[in-house]
Amino acid sequence: MRDTVIKTLIEEAKANKDIELITGDLGFGVLKPFYEQLPNQFTNAGIAEQSMTGIAAGMALSGKTVFTYSIGNFPTLRCVEQIRNDCAYMKANVKIICVGGGFVYGSLGMSHQATDDIAIIRALPGVTVVCPGDPTEAAEAVTGIINTPGTVYLRLGRGGEKKIHEKIENFQIGKALKIREPKAEAGKKVAIFSTGAILEEATTAAQMLEEAGIGVEQYSFHTVKPIDRDVIAACAAKYDYIVTVEEHNILGGFASAVSEVITDLGEKVKLIKIGIPDEYCTAVGNQNYLRGLYGMQAAQIAARVKEEVK
Amino acid sequence: MTGEQLAWKIRRHGVEMTHLSGGSHLASILSVADIMGKLYADVLRVDPKNPKDENRDRFILSKGHAGASVYAALAESGFFPVEELKTHYQNASRLSGHVSHHVPGVDLSTGSLGHGLPVATGMAYAGLKNHKDYKVYVVLGDGECDEGSVWEAAMFAAHNDLKNLTAIVDHNMMQSMDFCEKTVALGNFEKKWEAFGWNVVSINGNDHAELDMAFNKQFDNEKPKVIIANTKKGYGIPFMEFDILWHYRFPHDGWEYDLAVNELHKIKPAGVEDPYTPNGIENPAPVPPGADIYNDHTTSATWHPNWKN
Ligand SMILES: Cc1ncc(C[n+]2csc(CCOP(=O)(O)OP(=O)(O)O)c2C)c(N)n1
Ligand SMILES: [Mg+2]
Repeated sequence: MRDTVIKTLIEEAKANKDIELITGDLGFGVLKPFYEQLPNQFTNAGIAEQSMTGIAAGMALSGKTVFTYSIGNFPTLRCVEQIRNDCAYMKANVKIICVGGGFVYGSLGMSHQATDDIAIIRALPGVTVVCPGDPTEAAEAVTGIINTPGTVYLRLGRGGEKKIHEKIENFQIGKALKIREPKAEAGKKVAIFSTGAILEEATTAAQMLEEAGIGVEQYSFHTVKPIDRDVIAACAAKYDYIVTVEEHNILGGFASAVSEVITDLGEKVKLIKIGIPDEYCTAVGNQNYLRGLYGMQAAQIAARVKEEVK
Repeated sequence: MTGEQLAWKIRRHGVEMTHLSGGSHLASILSVADIMGKLYADVLRVDPKNPKDENRDRFILSKGHAGASVYAALAESGFFPVEELKTHYQNASRLSGHVSHHVPGVDLSTGSLGHGLPVATGMAYAGLKNHKDYKVYVVLGDGECDEGSVWEAAMFAAHNDLKNLTAIVDHNMMQSMDFCEKTVALGNFEKKWEAFGWNVVSINGNDHAELDMAFNKQFDNEKPKVIIANTKKGYGIPFMEFDILWHYRFPHDGWEYDLAVNELHKIKPAGVEDPYTPNGIENPAPVPPGADIYNDHTTSATWHPNWKN
């Protein structure tokens, strides 16, 4: 996902000399193709995320479209007031790239787990929040956010995610992508929504449910803000259960965004929220291990849904 | 154990732990090993039997990515079994890549740079307010000093005469992608600290006699002390020294691990045992032709902006 994003960004930045990339001293290897091909559009701000984000705002307010780059919580939580006051409020064209959303850097410890970022950034008026589900979505998202005015948060996984889409027709920021339709003959039916790189687990879970005779209408919500109200409304009207899956605190993030729409609509639908409970993860382990601790692996998601709908 | 012996053990554990786990930041562990060895052998008044003693000295490794160095120092000082070091980074371990306060003897979890000095300042401030005589020590990276929060706390600590606070900067000249001077120049680093009101001692931070002098040096004022420990990133394993690759790469099976271990054996002080490979590696894998060794991996090696022209 990471490398696909940089590749697309290089293409875009070659065509538009006002696109700049500024890093908070991260991206060894990853950013090399960018700074070698576009040396004049690259900057290292040092280990100084507040300054990096302010500088990005200043450049953006002077005609540039600036991508900030860092990992985990550093490009977001570490400099949230710069994002709020200097970027969002000023409608500055700053696009924040985070590598390592969720438990990507799980074994590195709590500082490197980006598990509250969606909630915090989503609360800032005027910031678009994009969490692509696979490398194909990520590449589309880069072009999409360049064309989205103002401040955007792009939350990525790492490298090596499985491609779920071969290609995407008509990708639009704010419009969820349908992954599957329920089989007509299925007895029970549910909708599964996910955001971010956990899409792979959600997709496998949906397959497992289908094999067990439960029909699934599945969507990838690559945009959490603005949320796709139409898809939520249609599914809330059709199904008794909507499942949300996110590698993030279930408080304040994607599940909350979906439930806000459902309560607005006044629909009676049960929301099954899969994600991290409202606590700091003190366990050490790799991404897959930590997903397992919180019931976020495909088989666990499928089992949970079966249990709820039986 | 002497500081020098403990420093060697930290290096040897660092190689083993990153080798087993595929963990990063070995070069950062190697540069700080002498500082950590000195602290845990001679400086810190801490007790493994009573790790939360309210009168203990406080210690924060603010450059938390060198977590293996503090875990190794604590294990070798009796805070938990040395065997546990092998679980570093592993599923269900306590030893996360960055420093965790769930490990006995650790006062603060770290990992996000620029947090350690403010928290150490708070501990020192409360110590004086409570009329306690404990001291507070904090180790920072030089790249970490890019963070504004470091200087905000530095100003506060000097303003409040926190003489019980000592900061040690592991000035290994490099950060994450390049030398500090090629990233954001630190300028006259000693003068910066002086200008912020601190007592400054600048030494070779890989030399135990100089570390001893620096920790013991007294000033007849109430200001906090900073030891600028000039070190080499990767110190002790020549092929890792000042090669930014080793901020990320772990010693892989084969020549990387074998050569790393044998280089350490060349500088092993008398009286320490290597718990993993007591006599070094007898038939080390040779460095193959074309191996990625002694190459320049910095950004500035291939980044050549010319917009100023
Ligand atoms: C706030 C923050 N930004 C970025 C990082 C990522 N990071 C980890 S180590 C490192 C370089 C640290 O350089 P320095 O402080 O000189 O320590 P050294 O490794 O050289 O000992 C960076 C940028 C981080 N851990 N925290
Ligand atoms: Mg350094």
